[in-house]
Amino acid sequence: MINDQFYKRRYVISGIAVVVVLVYIIRLFYLQVIDQSTAGQADNNALVKQTIFPSRGLIYDRNGELLVFNQPIYEITLTMREMGKDWDTTAFCQCLQISRAEFDERIEEIKDRRKNRGYSRWTPQIFMSQLKKEDIATLQESMFLFPGIHIQKRTLRDYTYNAAAHVLGSVGEVNQNDLDRDPYYARGDYSGRDGLERTYEKELRGEKGVEVLMRDSRGRMQGSYQDGALDRTAKAGTDLHTTLDIRLQMLAEELLAGKIGSAVAIEPKTGEILALASNPAWNPKVLVGKERSKNYNILLQDKTKPLLNRATQATYSPGSTFKTIQSLVCLEQGAITPNTLYPCSGPGSTPIKCTHHHGSPVALDRAIEQSCNPYFWCAFRDLLQMDGYGKDNEDFRRRYELWRDAVMSFGLGQRFTDSDLNEQSAGSIPSTRLFDKFYGKTGWKAITIRSLSIGQGEILVTPLQLANQAATIANEGYYITPHLNKNDSMLEHIHKLDIKKQHFDAVKEGMHRVMIYGTGRHFAIDSLHMAGKTGTVQNPHGRDHAIFIGFAPVDDPQIAVAVVVENAGFGATWACPIATMMIEQYLTGEVKRKDLRKRIGESVLNESVKKW
Amino acid sequence: MRASRNGSIWQHVDWITIGLFLALVFFGWMNIYGASYTFDQTSIVDFSNRAGKQFAWIMGSLVLGGVLLLIDYKTYDVLAYIAYGAMLLLLLVTPFLAHDIKGSMSWISLGPVSLQPAEFAKCIVALAVAKYMGRYEYKLRGWRDLIIPFALIGVPALIIMVLQKETGSALVFAAFLLVFYRQGMSGYVLWTGVAAVALFIISIRWGEVVLPLGSGNAGMLTCMLLLTAVEIFFVCKEHKMRWQLLILIGSVIVIYGISLIINIWVTVPFNWIAVGVVIALMLYTIFVSVYWRKYQLLLVAAFCFFCIGYTQACDFVFTRVLQPHQRIRIEVLLGMKEDPAGAGYNVNQARIAIGSGRFFGKGYLNGTQTKLQFVPEQDTDFIFCTVGEEWGFLGSIGVLLVYLWFILRLIGIAERQRSTFTQIYAYAVASIFLFHLTINVGMVLGLLPVIGIPLPFFSYGGSSLWGFTLLLFILLRLDAARMEQLR
Repeated sequence: MINDQFYKRRYVISGIAVVVVLVYIIRLFYLQVIDQSTAGQADNNALVKQTIFPSRGLIYDRNGELLVFNQPIYEITLTMREMGKDWDTTAFCQCLQISRAEFDERIEEIKDRRKNRGYSRWTPQIFMSQLKKEDIATLQESMFLFPGIHIQKRTLRDYTYNAAAHVLGSVGEVNQNDLDRDPYYARGDYSGRDGLERTYEKELRGEKGVEVLMRDSRGRMQGSYQDGALDRTAKAGTDLHTTLDIRLQMLAEELLAGKIGSAVAIEPKTGEILALASNPAWNPKVLVGKERSKNYNILLQDKTKPLLNRATQATYSPGSTFKTIQSLVCLEQGAITPNTLYPCSGPGSTPIKCTHHHGSPVALDRAIEQSCNPYFWCAFRDLLQMDGYGKDNEDFRRRYELWRDAVMSFGLGQRFTDSDLNEQSAGSIPSTRLFDKFYGKTGWKAITIRSLSIGQGEILVTPLQLANQAATIANEGYYITPHLNKNDSMLEHIHKLDIKKQHFDAVKEGMHRVMIYGTGRHFAIDSLHMAGKTGTVQNPHGRDHAIFIGFAPVDDPQIAVAVVVENAGFGATWACPIATMMIEQYLTGEVKRKDLRKRIGESVLNESVKKW
Repeated sequence: MRASRNGSIWQHVDWITIGLFLALVFFGWMNIYGASYTFDQTSIVDFSNRAGKQFAWIMGSLVLGGVLLLIDYKTYDVLAYIAYGAMLLLLLVTPFLAHDIKGSMSWISLGPVSLQPAEFAKCIVALAVAKYMGRYEYKLRGWRDLIIPFALIGVPALIIMVLQKETGSALVFAAFLLVFYRQGMSGYVLWTGVAAVALFIISIRWGEVVLPLGSGNAGMLTCMLLLTAVEIFFVCKEHKMRWQLLILIGSVIVIYGISLIINIWVTVPFNWIAVGVVIALMLYTIFVSVYWRKYQLLLVAAFCFFCIGYTQACDFVFTRVLQPHQRIRIEVLLGMKEDPAGAGYNVNQARIAIGSGRFFGKGYLNGTQTKLQFVPEQDTDFIFCTVGEEWGFLGSIGVLLVYLWFILRLIGIAERQRSTFTQIYAYAVASIFLFHLTINVGMVLGLLPVIGIPLPFFSYGGSSLWGFTLLLFILLRLDAARMEQLR
């Protein structure tokens, strides 16, 4: 145009357009390249990760009997944000057969952040859990009516037998501690809380799967994301084959009924635990699902402490059963020979009286057979005084240390740290430090600690350790860590003792004689060639505890047993019959002594022991 | 001669613009398909969904464009006023025929389709303004010459805003300011517009921030300080004397310093001190303008006087005149309120959609934000989200650059005209496209308040597509005839 004085203004207008586009490109660069927060927000909006729970591994006994399996249960979750305005609460309540009031109450609970710390309108919250298939059938048909509602399938444990509750353990909801420690878990997940379920949690739980779904702005599911490229299938848990013999286990629990006590059976050659019974116990079915916390509390309040696994957690003085070990240590360390004789004056003996009447003097085999207290006091005394007392009691104290080390090499007074048993007590074999502290370095002599000679006093062991002790004697000098998982890798956990094989002959002979002539003779079955040792443990809180350890057959031991019955009196009367019946059951497959079985099983020694 | 002229229309028409138009329309259509895509969708030309319907509108717009090119170019000039009159009538009648659609009374139903007359009004107003200002005897010498052009755009804008309740469509007419500017309107008018927006934002944004010293609020004080600076700048520019500048700045500083000292004993209303300073400077400006006979300085004084009133009125306008939904949109934009579930929902979801596209985008039809309908209006006003999410930074700047090319091309076309009518019309077209692009993309990017106007050629909707087609192809027809102008 001619004479256009405003010609340059075209550049102003073009410049405005360029600046606007430039500003927008900078803004886009900020939003799409610099700001990292939005990608996650978009995924939060659109993607729903649905967990697929794997089925938990099954648990079998050594003969392939199914002990623990799964039953399907369902839980209903709801996501508040996805529930539209026209959500038909009445119809929903009808589907689940709950009242409107119950529904409102539950919603209040979900929203209450004090009760439900992880609450969010955007994530699924558990509305009802542990429902049976028939409970959710109606809802499942009309799911499409209720946006935000999901049905999640989970599994609960179920049990074939009412037995082995302590060993199997239970499964319960994870706590904050688990959540912090293992990122695998999410709130509301289940994990093994105790027993085998806990030890083998990683194997049993399998691996959760995930399905990534897309959800639109109104919360409707729109199928899988990227055709399932990010999905992962659930991996079922590994089955666990245990070393338990469920028949033996059930027999042990049957015989312990009405009493407080425990029984442990081990296969000596392999260290496999055949039975591990503790009474009082509970029916494993009651610690499952909805009833779990209620029943758990009842068990927790029970004065007889059923939750305590007495077979591995209770500690007792071993009493006369300890004489077997005393003999072996004294033989090995040269204090006695199988032919050494000590005199016994029966109940008139000092400083420890004998509770049995037998000839005098006695040699080792008869001493074991008759459980002669003076013999073992003398042997123990001679062992400790072998080098005299020395300056500052040092020679004596060194001897004591050597004795203690030898005793502990049987696995006594310490946990089996390489075992798969979760709940264990250590027990204790008193150290020189303890006595030094108590009496002063020079203040204690052999006579001070005389009760140790017969397994009384400060020695404390668990029934499991007693059974392991029996197995070690049966094996003549070694044991394999007692365990519950039947796979051969545990055979490497072999512990060899520094005790010569020949020393075991005398002790085994003594234990065999116990079952023929001695305290165990009434309940022995001659054809099974049992060896054993009874114990009656003085107990400051009440009647004596009855203890028995044993194994059979003597020449080729297949089973080693330890039984403890609290406040029952003589070991020979209560613990011995239980142990021999267990041996009979294991070796012959049945208990022929039906009357004995009935009498022992039905005797109630403690009224407050409850049967679940 | 005549036959050859008709035959040559296809030679003279600007094919680059047509190419850009087709590219934008086609890419827009793809994104509408992406935005309205769901999983059971079958075909892109299924007429039951929006992409299918848009396809029909696109076909219609191509036919419309062809027809517009075949019409004699003089027709547009001749019919401009008649069309303008008819349009005013239609706009007036529309609210009475319209159904209420989301509070807007601008849609007329014609059987299966609805039309929005306001979308066509832009084109007709552009023609009328071009005709008025393109008259041989018209010369833009002062504000009196702008009264009629302002009336031409103001009347339909008012009808659309007040009667049809379509604020966005009415605001588009502000684009004509650029046209007037190109034709000779003072640049200060644009600056005044910028100043008005700036003062409004400052006084709203910091109006509630109480000063740490004395009494008063930060918004008002900032506005007054800016006005002080403007006055000093203009006075000294006229004086061309440095010592004047120093004295003025010095006295302002002294006044504020004394106020600060007094504030130790008495609470000083700094707002009013600032207003006093502005008024004093204003009186000084008037004195200077009379004394030196620089009467244009009176305008500066008037501007400041007006601005003092304006800043006082901002708060009133904001709280009383604006509708609550408009108010909250502005508050969210200025970061004064967070409301991700309510008013800020759209903007926030749009930000997530665009941001999550990252550099390369999620891929066509893979955008979860848009595919799963998290962004409301994602196929109409918020269509740019789909671009951002599925095509990423690359795709987004691609689209913006094509638009920039398109608009610069239109400005280029405007500048090559021999006819003032066509030039003014061409600038109107370019300004309207620029305005739509700025407001729409600015809104989607969270830089401007939510104002519901479409992104040309991209947003779903027949009225807007046809309205823009009309705008563009009339220009192309006029442009094709530019060689005949002097004959």
